[in-house]
Amino acid sequence: MEYTTEIKPKNKLFEVDFKEIWNYRDLFSLFVKRDIITQYKQTILGPSWFFIQPALTTIMYMVVFGGIAGISTDNLPEPMFYLAGIVCWQYFADCLNKTSSTFTTNQAIFGKVYFPRLIVPLSTVASNLVRMGIQLLLFIFVYIYYLIIGVKVAPNMYVLLLPFLIFILAGLSLGFGIIISSMTTKYRDLSILFTFIVSLWMYATPVIYPLSTMPANKQWIMALNPVTAVIEAFKYGTMGVGTFSWGMLSYSFGFMVVLMAIGIVVFNKVQRSFMDTV
Amino acid sequence: MNTAIEFENISKQYRLGLVSTQTLSHDLNRWWKTNILGKEDPYLKIGDVNDRATKGSSDYVWALKDINFKVDQGDVLGIIGKNGAGKSTLLKILSKVTAPSTGIIRAKGRIASLLEVGTGFHPEMTGRENIYMNGAIMGMTKAEITRKLDEIVDFSGVERYIDTPAKRYSSGMTVRLGFAIAAHLDPEILVVDEVLAVGDAEFQKKAIGKMQDVARGEGRTVLFVSHNMPAVQTLCTKGIILKNGMVSFSGGVHEAIKNYLDDSSYDTEQVNAQVKIINKALSISKLTINDLETNKIMFDYGENILKVGIEGEVEIPFNMSVEIMLYDDTETLVAMYSPTHLIGHTHNLKAGKYKIEENICFPSTLCNGDYYLSVRLSQMNIEHVAEINKLVKIIVNKNISPDTGVGFDKSYYGNFILNGK
Repeated sequence: MEYTTEIKPKNKLFEVDFKEIWNYRDLFSLFVKRDIITQYKQTILGPSWFFIQPALTTIMYMVVFGGIAGISTDNLPEPMFYLAGIVCWQYFADCLNKTSSTFTTNQAIFGKVYFPRLIVPLSTVASNLVRMGIQLLLFIFVYIYYLIIGVKVAPNMYVLLLPFLIFILAGLSLGFGIIISSMTTKYRDLSILFTFIVSLWMYATPVIYPLSTMPANKQWIMALNPVTAVIEAFKYGTMGVGTFSWGMLSYSFGFMVVLMAIGIVVFNKVQRSFMDTV
Repeated sequence: MNTAIEFENISKQYRLGLVSTQTLSHDLNRWWKTNILGKEDPYLKIGDVNDRATKGSSDYVWALKDINFKVDQGDVLGIIGKNGAGKSTLLKILSKVTAPSTGIIRAKGRIASLLEVGTGFHPEMTGRENIYMNGAIMGMTKAEITRKLDEIVDFSGVERYIDTPAKRYSSGMTVRLGFAIAAHLDPEILVVDEVLAVGDAEFQKKAIGKMQDVARGEGRTVLFVSHNMPAVQTLCTKGIILKNGMVSFSGGVHEAIKNYLDDSSYDTEQVNAQVKIINKALSISKLTINDLETNKIMFDYGENILKVGIEGEVEIPFNMSVEIMLYDDTETLVAMYSPTHLIGHTHNLKAGKYKIEENICFPSTLCNGDYYLSVRLSQMNIEHVAEINKLVKIIVNKNISPDTGVGFDKSYYGNFILNGK
């Protein structure tokens, strides 16, 4: 019988064992299931919290940004406009927040048993997808309501890009998340800075305002943010407002691919010895 | 014999103290030297031996240093050593929780580790859900788990609770379920760290039985870490002792245990060092064995009489009873001498100096091995006054039948030989 396992101090930089991750696919699906069913255990309202959270946020935005601050919504009904932004942004932010603390929150279990650590952030992104799907339903209800009462919205073919947009969001949040997670195992300074950055990031993304409110010559600054193009494309495809350009979207996609590659390599390097420094 | 695991020059270095700007400067230096200049890691050259009790000069210690050994297939290896000797670190490296600093481990087949089982349980999920979860964490597929579900539930003995969230479980039940899952994992190599401590006697027996089956019946390899010497002795075939991060002994399990207990309690300590006074009104100034201040005694074949003498002072009168316990080298109580309970004999001590002597008769059938005597002084029916642990080590090595020439070794014949009539 040949040796099947070798345990060495260091792996090569790009030695990522994707086959091993595939072998643990059952664990992946169990993690996703666990995340979903345990989230609202011992609550009376149960899964309806999936709806209540975005609904309340929307109402709050309507009062603060729409009512008090009077920010433009591109002539769309406020609930519809805000909900579109919230559904996308919330998915990105939730994934990012959760994946960025992968090592610190899972140190108890990581310290006891080995399995490919990448399964954890991957399953986080997947389980939040279910959540996003449910919230998307809420968006569709609101959408249909406004169609019935005769508000003019102009959905177009670009709505078919939706799965691709979600894929980019998932990739971006995963990429950022695992890089942050890897960088904060030993020195926690960054994680303090990071929670602060995520809350500011939303304002640098056209969630509560349309990109068109920015002066045209400053819009390129906003477009550097890879999330911008995705949310604008979503709004454009579903409601026909906002800015859409293939160029910006390819930039976001390219950004995501590079980020994911860096993220996986860094994460893979850190996971081997993070228990000593966490 | 086929080698199942091979440890080659395994070392593990840890940095002590807090994470601070100084660690950052070390990290930057390390990164510069290894990644940019392409030299060796400068901090791997330094580091102290890992002795937790002494103050060291370096911030770096070697939790493990140059570990080299092989484990044959089907062996049950007991890893013993004091706290902080590196046992758990070794198992963590083997189960890939953390990477070694240097060296390489080669292993054949799937490695499953039970490092504190049940810790992967999600408190909100039911026992059944956790079985799937835990099984999958350890590398099983859903189909595999479904096939073994009944067996696992049955073995764990928590069937009534199987659809209740794990947070309602007692700690023992959690361990039972956790162990049951791991035991049915069918790994080629099973790594077990101190899991039996929480389970009750029935379960411990079951768990040890299962591990024996795994090793003997199915030819798998088990690595077992425990401070429970009787458990190590029953379960293991081989033993290694870790001391300050290095292998200090490797061989058969009996020799290993003997070596370890010898080493841990008898290197330099004086007889008086093991005295524990509970009631301060009493003091002990002198302990003698057969009128000698010794801590080692040899028994020849035949009946042996041992005179235990205790001298000291009491401030108030005591009605003292003496109990003398005989322990074997796994710290299991073998026999007891208690004249108070046997014939109602006590010592009436008046305030001032005292001297107690007890003559104990040891049977000729005591088997070859190492034993320890401990003494407990108590005020009859009131309280323990003083304890003297490991007063003397008794080495029996000449219990050889004069008729057949057979030597009666403890590891084979038990503590006593029974006579016929």
